Amino acid sequence: MEAQLQELKTQALEKIASASTVKELNDVRVAYLGKKGPITDLLKGMGKLPAEERPKMGALVNVVREQVTSQLEGRMVLLEEEAINAKLQSETIDITLPGRPVKTGNSHPLTRVVEEIEDLFISMGYEVAEGPEVEKDYYNFEALNLPKGHPARDMQDSFYITEDVLLRTHTSPVQARTMEAKGGEPIKIICPGKVYRRDSDDATHSHQFTQIEGLVIGEDIRMSDLKGTLSVFAKKMFGDDREIRLRPSFFPFTEPSVEMDISCFKCGGSGCNVCKKTGWIEILGAGMVHPNVLEMAGYDSKRLTGFAFGMGPERIAMLKYGVEDIRHFYTNDVRFLSQFQRTEL
Amino acid sequence: MLVSINWLKDYVNTQQLPPAELGEKITRSGIEVDAVIDRSHGMTNVVVGYVESCVKHPEADKLSICQVDVGEETTQIICGAPNIAEGQKVIVARPGAKLPGGMKIKKAKLRGEESNGMICSLQELGIEGKLVPKAYAEGIYVLPADSETGSDVIANFNLDDTVLELGLTPNRADAMSMLGVAYEVGAILSEEVKLPEISYQESADTAASMLTLTVDAPEANPLYVAKVIRNIKVQESPMWLQQRLMAAGVRPHNNVVDVTNYVLMEYGQPLHAFDYDLLGTGNITVRHAKEGEMITTLDDAERKLSAHQLVITNGKKPVAIAGVMGGANSEVSDATTTVVIESAYFESGSVRQTSKDHGLRSDASSRFEKGVDPNRVIPAAERAAQLLSELAGGEVLSGSVVFDKVSKDEKIVKVSPDFINSRLGMKIAFEEMLDILNRLKFTTEAVNGQLVISVPTRRQDIQIPEDIIEEIARLHGYDEIPATLPEAETTPGGLTPYQAKRRIVRNFLEGAGLLQATTYSLTSEKSAKQFALEKTETTRLLMPMSEERSILRQSLLPHLLESVTYNTARRIDSVALYETGAVFLKGNDELLNEQEHLAVAITGLWLDNSWQGEKKPVDFFVLKGIVEGLGAKLGAELTFERGQMDDLHPGRTAFVVLGGQRIGVIGQLHPSEQKARDLKTTVVMELNLAALLNLETESLVYTQVPRYPSMSRDVALVLSKFVEAATIENVIRSAGGKLLKDVRVFDLYEGDKMEEGKKSVAFSLTYFDPEKTLTDEEVTKAHDKVLAALTEVGAELRS
Repeated sequence: MEAQLQELKTQALEKIASASTVKELNDVRVAYLGKKGPITDLLKGMGKLPAEERPKMGALVNVVREQVTSQLEGRMVLLEEEAINAKLQSETIDITLPGRPVKTGNSHPLTRVVEEIEDLFISMGYEVAEGPEVEKDYYNFEALNLPKGHPARDMQDSFYITEDVLLRTHTSPVQARTMEAKGGEPIKIICPGKVYRRDSDDATHSHQFTQIEGLVIGEDIRMSDLKGTLSVFAKKMFGDDREIRLRPSFFPFTEPSVEMDISCFKCGGSGCNVCKKTGWIEILGAGMVHPNVLEMAGYDSKRLTGFAFGMGPERIAMLKYGVEDIRHFYTNDVRFLSQFQRTEL
Repeated sequence: MLVSINWLKDYVNTQQLPPAELGEKITRSGIEVDAVIDRSHGMTNVVVGYVESCVKHPEADKLSICQVDVGEETTQIICGAPNIAEGQKVIVARPGAKLPGGMKIKKAKLRGEESNGMICSLQELGIEGKLVPKAYAEGIYVLPADSETGSDVIANFNLDDTVLELGLTPNRADAMSMLGVAYEVGAILSEEVKLPEISYQESADTAASMLTLTVDAPEANPLYVAKVIRNIKVQESPMWLQQRLMAAGVRPHNNVVDVTNYVLMEYGQPLHAFDYDLLGTGNITVRHAKEGEMITTLDDAERKLSAHQLVITNGKKPVAIAGVMGGANSEVSDATTTVVIESAYFESGSVRQTSKDHGLRSDASSRFEKGVDPNRVIPAAERAAQLLSELAGGEVLSGSVVFDKVSKDEKIVKVSPDFINSRLGMKIAFEEMLDILNRLKFTTEAVNGQLVISVPTRRQDIQIPEDIIEEIARLHGYDEIPATLPEAETTPGGLTPYQAKRRIVRNFLEGAGLLQATTYSLTSEKSAKQFALEKTETTRLLMPMSEERSILRQSLLPHLLESVTYNTARRIDSVALYETGAVFLKGNDELLNEQEHLAVAITGLWLDNSWQGEKKPVDFFVLKGIVEGLGAKLGAELTFERGQMDDLHPGRTAFVVLGGQRIGVIGQLHPSEQKARDLKTTVVMELNLAALLNLETESLVYTQVPRYPSMSRDVALVLSKFVEAATIENVIRSAGGKLLKDVRVFDLYEGDKMEEGKKSVAFSLTYFDPEKTLTDEEVTKAHDKVLAALTEVGAELRS
């Protein structure tokens, strides 16, 4: 019987070693250790043995049984691992296939420019003021020192709706309205919006475009404050090493009036096709608020002074992004719009 | 304004500055120099030639064989110009010459005949065709007979000159003359201005003996001067004068017209010359036109006059529109022997209006309408008289015929140095201020520490202390102004809630996959009201540029859809655009009710991940989901009601409702509209964004995260096809009691297996009690009530 036991053990261990799948191994378990298996049979047959042999034989059977069980379990761990590995192997994907696209849109490039400017001035304590696009002649012209018949009205051929109502030609009427509403109090605003002029649309003209203007009124606001403010703007918008220069100019609503150039951000000032070989790029118009404008809005121009500036986001976007035709901003070609997705930070 | 530097040197020392440097100085101190134009264009080797003989080319009708003395030699040149003739002095480009535009002259053979150079037209020397005198417009230019053969054309005929093109702002009308520019340059370079010396021989007879003057409109014409010059010979002007005019952008005509133009350019004072004999009456009367009176102007246009327009008459009929254009009936011609030179001050508003009425802007009107210098009216007339006596052999009758009621006083402006410095934020020394004002030729006195400044009448733009600040600052140099920041109290700044929420909306929509578009506000009558949520009377421009851009839009969608079609026409099949912007509705007052709207248009595939088998075209529910998400973001309780709108699919349109008000529409385009716009299935949405953004939101307080589990029960119902899910959801919600937390549709089946006219909708109901874990019995009890209510409304439970 002992020999029989050893024989069984040898057989079982062989079968365990040769089992190559979890299922085969389970069959081995059932075959040798199951309720109907030979080891169980041996244990059942113990009753036929003499009583003194039973403990020895019982211990022997248990040892074999444990040896077989332990071998089997060890083999089982191995086979299970192999099975998992095989499964994982079979689940391998081609990670070079494209990802599931996340739907993304983005802002219009003009919005992008306007928001950047808004945020910059908000950080300097400005509020954003808006007003109607269909405006009274009074706010668009007269309150800005442009009475009827003023030659400078020619600079801005306008779309009139009635004799006294027109599509605003600049966002300056928002300044006039804000001044009127503030009743003589200090002001710090930035005014973005759409404006309209009687121009035929071509690569550099658009009958509709956007503007963003700023207005600061307070005690002792000086022309040097205008220069300092514009300098901060130029550096934040076009790079820290930008320099600015002011050139005398004329706007009916400011006196003195200036135009601001920045040193060319493409060539740094040495001259290229962006700056037309001058090293400088014209960016905006500005000036000290004309006393007539202050007085018309009820401000004491002896006590309060101010500065104003205005620029065209189209021009800035064209310069910044190298856009060659202003009509791109209004055609809404997806191949154009979707280029303004990524950050420049 | 085109400024010849050679000409400018007559009045001011330009210190031999290279033209570009002079231009830069002018730009930096106030007048923008748009271009610096070299009149020689780098030309070389162009000389005066004398045509000794000229015969027809035997092989070519249009060519002539010329023997031309070019100084060093006599050489053969073939010329194709029709006006070439023996005995002419001509412009010859010698072999090796370079001409503007890069043309190089070489020896050549033309139809077998040798040609050693080219006889040139003015155009070939880089002069614009419209400036070339008419007599030479179609051929070569013929030089005066006394031109020195072999001499350098460039040096002798003022082509070694540079022209500065000034971009003048409307305030600087003073710089619309050579003298005005001379004053500006003098101020910049600290140089004196030398005025032309005027002297001429006067006749014993007086102007008044030949001409009488009546001014019936002294307000519109407070100053009128006429001079009479007789025995003139109308002919070509000398070369120097022609060249100066061409440099200034004026075409030479004859000596009389050229002199008036020359003085216009020199003094900025427009002049007009009448043929005295054609005037016929020996009288000039300035008056307002009679309504409907007619005149034929120099451009041969017959013009009808109005009563507010000022005319010059011969006492009977108009002979000129004052300050705008002369009449053909008194035009100077080759036959003219006596001329009347008019120099006048016409009030700017009157000229401006008249020139606008007739759509006629001339060199004269553009100066009058900005205001001429009253102190130059008389000198300009004298200058013209001098030049006509010199250049046309004229006999100037003594004196002038004058009407003079104009004020020639200088404006006095007082300003303190402290005021100037405090407004600039810098310290300019008093002496420096005086120096600058002196350079500007503003007579300045210091009285009690104040500057008392007499502003010359040529600078009518200087009216108030701030104008003086600008003069001082610009000549001191804007670069000297320091950069500071306002010292006022700091303010918080920021966006209003409305503006901040508008950005949230944009971010949300972009996150949802939409691209922001911008379209035009002006549209056509046809598109103005299409898709408008609220249709009001349209608003039309008084003078639109085109019918396509004549009306203010009442909906964003028509143009947004045009943008969609623009893209699909370029084979971009899936397009998802949004726009925010104003629509323009009739308001209660003269302004319009501008309402900020949001529109979305989507076409093509919404989901496109085809290699994984996911491809889904856009549909109504994509947009509904976006609107629902937007509502959630903004705290707006939006509901949807079935509706209809022109050009939208009648079964696939819903209005968006907020607080009982329709604030928007979502829909699929009507198939015929899709076809008209050349689009496939396209869904659109437009919302009154202002209504959403103006909504006051409640402050956000969190609800406790559930501590007890919820339980869900599903119910599948067979319904009539026309019963809407929302109706059933309402039944469920009202029957569910307070334990029912949520109801969601999770399945819809309308396929073949359903009975005709029926559909199956499955809802998932979530029950929840914040106080405890629900028992099965409690849920069943609540759910049974729901089932009972559903059965009551005729919903058939599906097993």
